[in-house]
Amino acid sequence: MTISNTAKITDELIAAHGLKPDEYQRILDLVGREPTFTELGIFSAMWNEHCSYKSSKKWLRTLPTSGPQVIQGPGENAGVVDIGDGDCVVFKMESHNHPSYIEPYQGAATGVGGILRDVFTMGARPIAAMNALRFGAPDHPKTRHLVSGVVAGIGGYGNAFGVPTVGGEVNFDPRYNGNCLVNAFAAGLAKTDAIFLSEAKGVGLPVVYLGAKTGRDGVGGATMASAEFDDKIDEKRPTVQVGDPFTEKCLLEACLELMASGAVIAIQDMGAAGLTCSAVEMGAKGDLGIQLELDKVPVREDRMSAYEMMLSESQERMLMVLRPEKEEEAEAIFRKWGLDFAIVGHTTDDLRFRIIHQGEEVANLPIKDLGDQAPEYDRPWVEPTPRQPLASDDIPQADIADALLKMLGGPDLSSRRWVWEQYDTLIQGNSLQIPGGDAGVVRVEGHATKALAFSSDVTPRYCEADPYEGGKQAVAECWRNLTATGAMPLAATDNLNFGNPERPEIMGQLVKAVQGIGDACRALGFPIVSGNVSLYNETNGQGILPTPTIGGVGLIQDWSKMARIGFAREGEMILLFGAPDWWGMHLGQSAYMRDIHGRADGPPPPVDLTHEKKVGDYVRKLIRSGIATAVHDLSDGGLAVGLAEMAMASSIGATVSQLAQGDPIPQFFGEDQGRYLVTINLSAQSDEFEAMLAELKQLGIFAPWIGTTGGSELKLGHTRAIPVTELTAAHESWFPSFMDK
Amino acid sequence: MKSAVVVLPGLNRDRDMIAALTKISGKVPVTVWQTDTEIPDVDLVVIPGGFSYGDYLRCGAIAARMPVMRAVAEKAEKGVQVIGVCNGFQILVEAGMLPGALMRNDHLKFVCREVKLRVENANTSFTRNYAPGQIIRAPVAHHDGNYFADPETLARIEGEGRVLFRYAENTNPNGSINDIAGIVNDRGNVLGLMPHPENLIEAAHGGSDGRPLFESALGIAAPQPEPA
Repeated sequence: MTISNTAKITDELIAAHGLKPDEYQRILDLVGREPTFTELGIFSAMWNEHCSYKSSKKWLRTLPTSGPQVIQGPGENAGVVDIGDGDCVVFKMESHNHPSYIEPYQGAATGVGGILRDVFTMGARPIAAMNALRFGAPDHPKTRHLVSGVVAGIGGYGNAFGVPTVGGEVNFDPRYNGNCLVNAFAAGLAKTDAIFLSEAKGVGLPVVYLGAKTGRDGVGGATMASAEFDDKIDEKRPTVQVGDPFTEKCLLEACLELMASGAVIAIQDMGAAGLTCSAVEMGAKGDLGIQLELDKVPVREDRMSAYEMMLSESQERMLMVLRPEKEEEAEAIFRKWGLDFAIVGHTTDDLRFRIIHQGEEVANLPIKDLGDQAPEYDRPWVEPTPRQPLASDDIPQADIADALLKMLGGPDLSSRRWVWEQYDTLIQGNSLQIPGGDAGVVRVEGHATKALAFSSDVTPRYCEADPYEGGKQAVAECWRNLTATGAMPLAATDNLNFGNPERPEIMGQLVKAVQGIGDACRALGFPIVSGNVSLYNETNGQGILPTPTIGGVGLIQDWSKMARIGFAREGEMILLFGAPDWWGMHLGQSAYMRDIHGRADGPPPPVDLTHEKKVGDYVRKLIRSGIATAVHDLSDGGLAVGLAEMAMASSIGATVSQLAQGDPIPQFFGEDQGRYLVTINLSAQSDEFEAMLAELKQLGIFAPWIGTTGGSELKLGHTRAIPVTELTAAHESWFPSFMDK
Repeated sequence: MKSAVVVLPGLNRDRDMIAALTKISGKVPVTVWQTDTEIPDVDLVVIPGGFSYGDYLRCGAIAARMPVMRAVAEKAEKGVQVIGVCNGFQILVEAGMLPGALMRNDHLKFVCREVKLRVENANTSFTRNYAPGQIIRAPVAHHDGNYFADPETLARIEGEGRVLFRYAENTNPNGSINDIAGIVNDRGNVLGLMPHPENLIEAAHGGSDGRPLFESALGIAAPQPEPA
């Protein structure tokens, strides 16, 4: 089917493009006439939520985005952060939620492809990937199909492309039954003096199309990603693109070769809304017009219309502005890698976006209004209702050993080995910590001691109960996970997943979560340098849990002193850094209450950001001094789960005491924030230990000695000792038995 | 001793292999491209892992028919040592330089994990720095590593001591027949193996069990254990 450029613009057509009547009126005012069909498509692609951030922009602007380490903040393909010695790390996280629900393998695969392209478009070779995945209830009929397809798709693309997947998250909750979340993170390494941006410079320069050919796949994909789902969702399958990691790998090598040749002035990958979005961004950012001649675009299907070519989301394509004198050299590099190379237009000085197809001008639009001056909304929002705290005597009881085994062997806290063994975690030969610890760690190639740590975090149930505290907690946990390896957290990327922003209560979640993220980032010196917003994650009026995923990056100066979660040896003191007086106190929204008692009431644990920073900075210092031998942050499941994870990672047991007074349940399962388990290689009688205690007292950090490593069992307070092998069996069995049954 | 690494579009452990050979031999290996018809004078040619040409056809099938593979075969005929790792192993099989086939993993999923290998024959130019029967650690990362050969071929390669590495301690990750992880040709100078010894050669990798393989092939004497 070919869609003609002369289709009549009806109200139905406007609505089908996701444009509201007032937005259409704005188009009429801007163009001064009725838009052509192709122009309508272009507006729809540029002004949808996915590309324009029209509902979230006002709030995103409040986030801290700068710092001495930040080279490039939000607004480019990815953020760039200085790591010293002329190197920088380039990273971003982006969602591919809607496509992954419709077609899990290709949806997830192209999500990975898109984020890798964002990173190497800036001149960085990708060195690490992570994936934050949320699925519906395990017993929902679609869940296993989605898990299996999404995981295979991520592996299928990332493994073939050749990037190690070093971290991520997998969670289940019925609120994701109709909308799974696939948030893909990628980071790359570049030289600080060789960063490439999308801003076009110079009039009359060639605009060059590179990479794979254009087909009809994904036409209208960005518009689909900005709509809610209903029962007819399967009809949307043709809007999902198909990934080709082989072409992407060739594109990576060709782009890096081309960049090294000095030919590239500006570069933009073709992601959402393909040719339209990339051309508009290059022109609008550089205050230039762009003229495209579509007859020169390499296509893989016959009789494609201008509309289809402009909205195609075929993967593995790039647009560049090249130095004219280097054209021949550039073409030779692309031919060598078997990729298409075509001059498809040029820059102009009149700020117009002109499309010529078969000798006819099919679009002529003001480029600035399409790009950086797209509509922006201040949507109405309401304060979320605060949850009542649990009564102080509301402590539902359970046997601690039984509860721990049940939680470790359940959907949310069980081992994700089934997932990450399908990802290549070792390729490139630089992986120092693979999934299963607090953060993934990759050494910096070409440097003797430096390494980068990566972690992706958010606790959606906390965000649902209190979006502000939940937003803070997501940042704090990410910062804490990086710190637990000994890394100095540098900066973060945010992937904000919410429901329909036209509903004030959903908008309220977004506003409060962004405020929480902003406050935490400011307090911890952890700016947001890139990100992505995914709204309309709703099916039949049911929104997802608010899920603002934070992907953080930290720098380890000397990886030989990095910390891991496994106990290092027997007979070492275990200290609980940052503990409150009763070690653990907060049960509201805890995994224990949910998994053991089926309760989801109460507020989430609050995050004291001053305390968080003070404790984290001290733990990091302890790791760098070589005193800390194993470190693990406490999160879901509290102290009991944290200890079990350290024991399982090392096959070394531990004996941990129980406070003489008070109830042991919050002690072992409370999810109070800002806590780390640390083992140290000092003896209790040593002067160094005394000095440490004095220092801690002065700083106001409580770090009780709670137990000692050793043996083959985990003994928590007065409950029965559990063999570490039994913990491991429970922990490792849930996922394979769920997926392979 | 000089080495060469074959670089084909879609291979992605070429940089790992080049780094490993450089660290072990002290010399940067030369690289040869898909269309090269001649390989410089070297003692070892390595085909690294990855997804040559996307492996959209049978793994290694397109690579096996590229001009550079004729040059690799010529080198092998002259007695030069050749190692194919992972996709490199698949390519050598597709090129007819090693017997058998590498099928999809029996569980039908990609698998990346550490396994144990037993050195079955330490009396070859690839394994002389290992002890016979030594158990070593090795990472695997593949979707199609399930080795298969017909009974006659299997009996021959087993009988001739051409199975150099076998998955040990119940760690066969892919369903390979007889737990076969790596084999050599009848002349003993072409080795194919699924695991990635190049990803386990230094402290940062958490071990160096892969190192003796390259040291053997490059004629580097096994380092003497340092006095305690």
